[in-house]
Amino acid sequence: MTFKLFKTAGIAALACGVLAGSPALASGDAPHIDEQSWSFSGPFGQYDKAQLQRGFKIYQEVCSSCHSMHYLSFRNLAEEGGPGFSVDEVKALAAEYEVTDGPNSDGEMFERPAKPFDRFPSPFANVEEAKVSNGGAYPPDLSLIAKARGTGRGWKILSDVFTQYQEGGPDYIYNLLTGYKEEFPACAGEQDNYYNPKFIGGSLPAECNGGHLTGGGIAMAPPLSDEIVEYTDGTPMTVDQYARDVSAFLMWTAEPKLEQRKRMGLGVLSFLVIFASLLYFSKRKIWKNVDH
Amino acid sequence: MSGHSQYVPQSAPAKWLEARLPVISLIRGSFVDFPTPKNLNYWWTFGGIAFAVLVAQIITGIVLVMHYTPHETLAFASVEHIMRDVNYGWLVRYLHANGASFFFIAVYIHILRGLYYGSYKAPREISWILGVLIFLVMMATAFMGYVLPWGQMSLWGATVITNLFSALPVVGEHITTWLWGGFSVGNPTLNRFFSLHYLLPFVLIGIILLHIWAFHTTGNNNPAGVDPKSEKDTVPFHPYYTVKDLFAIIVFFIFFAWFTFYLPNFMGHPDNYIEANPMVTPAHIVPEWYFLPFYAILRAVPDKLGGVLAMFGAIAILFVLPWLDTSKVRSAKFRPIYRWFVFLFAVNVFFLGWLGGQPAEGWFVTASRICTVLYFAHFLVVLPLLGKMEKTRPLPASINDDVLASGKAH
Repeated sequence: MTFKLFKTAGIAALACGVLAGSPALASGDAPHIDEQSWSFSGPFGQYDKAQLQRGFKIYQEVCSSCHSMHYLSFRNLAEEGGPGFSVDEVKALAAEYEVTDGPNSDGEMFERPAKPFDRFPSPFANVEEAKVSNGGAYPPDLSLIAKARGTGRGWKILSDVFTQYQEGGPDYIYNLLTGYKEEFPACAGEQDNYYNPKFIGGSLPAECNGGHLTGGGIAMAPPLSDEIVEYTDGTPMTVDQYARDVSAFLMWTAEPKLEQRKRMGLGVLSFLVIFASLLYFSKRKIWKNVDH
Repeated sequence: MSGHSQYVPQSAPAKWLEARLPVISLIRGSFVDFPTPKNLNYWWTFGGIAFAVLVAQIITGIVLVMHYTPHETLAFASVEHIMRDVNYGWLVRYLHANGASFFFIAVYIHILRGLYYGSYKAPREISWILGVLIFLVMMATAFMGYVLPWGQMSLWGATVITNLFSALPVVGEHITTWLWGGFSVGNPTLNRFFSLHYLLPFVLIGIILLHIWAFHTTGNNNPAGVDPKSEKDTVPFHPYYTVKDLFAIIVFFIFFAWFTFYLPNFMGHPDNYIEANPMVTPAHIVPEWYFLPFYAILRAVPDKLGGVLAMFGAIAILFVLPWLDTSKVRSAKFRPIYRWFVFLFAVNVFFLGWLGGQPAEGWFVTASRICTVLYFAHFLVVLPLLGKMEKTRPLPASINDDVLASGKAH
């Protein structure tokens, strides 16, 4: 009986693992993404508030000059499970921005200081303006970028089911930001953008095939350099640290309810396991006198 | 099904109701007193599990609709609104998105059980045919549901799949335009998919009731594959199978919760977190995992129309399965060769699923072709011949005898 049960459960698990993961296997020559350790991974994972605040600072001072983040409002910065700014800090922060409102009673649009309920203002009025200002390439919106990027995991998806690996996005962003090379490989010839072997959206000319080269040209210049953003808490001001912090921040912007979700998951799973055990013993008792 | 009820109304209101609409005896006859073979193993719980997931899908779906906007410029943003601003919206949406996958997991195991134990054979053909119909309708429902978040895979998946109809000669182009409500997948497509995605689950409930009615008329199949002969072979559905099914449902929900709370995006594709953009085609367009075996069959055939026919044929052939299998013995337990073939068939479908996720190039294409031939050969060659050639093991005289024999063997 118990054996039959385990067999059934085992097959179900296999079905989840093998079939479910198959789409993630689709890949050509995907860049190798080094996995990082994150405070928010695993069943008890939580965001590191100080890290999110540092990441926000990088977004504000570096990324936001080209990238929008239009699904986020200032108020989100003070919400539970986020960077942990106070409501007053958020009000003061929002007031530094001007937003267009209106029309007023005269039918005119007007400028006013932003309020916590306002969305983050976008650096460009529309996609076309963003493109023309960035050499034809549209800097993608960053609200969801940590869930909208990832590479094929191959057979690792089988262990991902058990290790709960869901950090493909931040791992990719970290690898991309730290992966820039000074120059294109010789086979690529003259290029008018930047070489990043970790970039999943790029490709190299056919001459480079067979050289195990991945990635390709990316329109974004290396955005980070040492000491470009001032940290006041003694955290090292290096590209590596910046990339780590902004990746964590972007995971939060993409998945702001992660802490709430994992906390509730623990409660739900505990309940289900206890309930299942009670049902198991009830079942045994009810079936005790029946050969089956 | 009410025929099995031993219910005699006692109270005055119950007598009053029973004389006018005998729902109490109907329910008691079907789900309380219903005589059920006592040897059903845990593979038999997946029907109930699938139904439980469907109910969960309908509940979460109704709540999602309260917050979702089916418009090409607003759909994606409304899903983000659900994820960020609606109270527990993230929970409802992740339950619904993962629920679709777990519905398919339960149904695939349920189908495999039917194949292994010959549940499709006389006199249960109608039950089986209704089951295949359920499978088809749930595929259509899931496909249209995946379009609703209006991400890149939603748009491009919808484009690829609806384009299949253009392969039909003469009327193909017209049908595609008619399905789209325009000349490409756009707002009219999104609106009608939303409408149908809301309608079809209730159609499913209706077909499922017929499915249950059918096998409650014939009685359940069971692992021994022989019909119950005496009261020693059966137990009343309640409490024996209510408790067993509920236990199985809760265990299944442990897996479901594991994914919903800790791996909510494992089944999804990152590209669907990018808003739909008709000007940018994703590098690889892959359907949801549960369509991959059929997607592999579609791409295995070099001709477009041929591929479409093969893909639909792969499901349509299930309708006639009861007549393709010529063996009189139901359960694979007593079919020493068939049990290997059904195992190989399952492995083949798994492998096709894996191939469906690979780019259509190189040896993947060759392998897809071989697996497609094997898929059809199972139904068209193996089953008709095996029934005539296989030497089956002697069947037990009754379910009770089989249970007692297995007990001794342990």
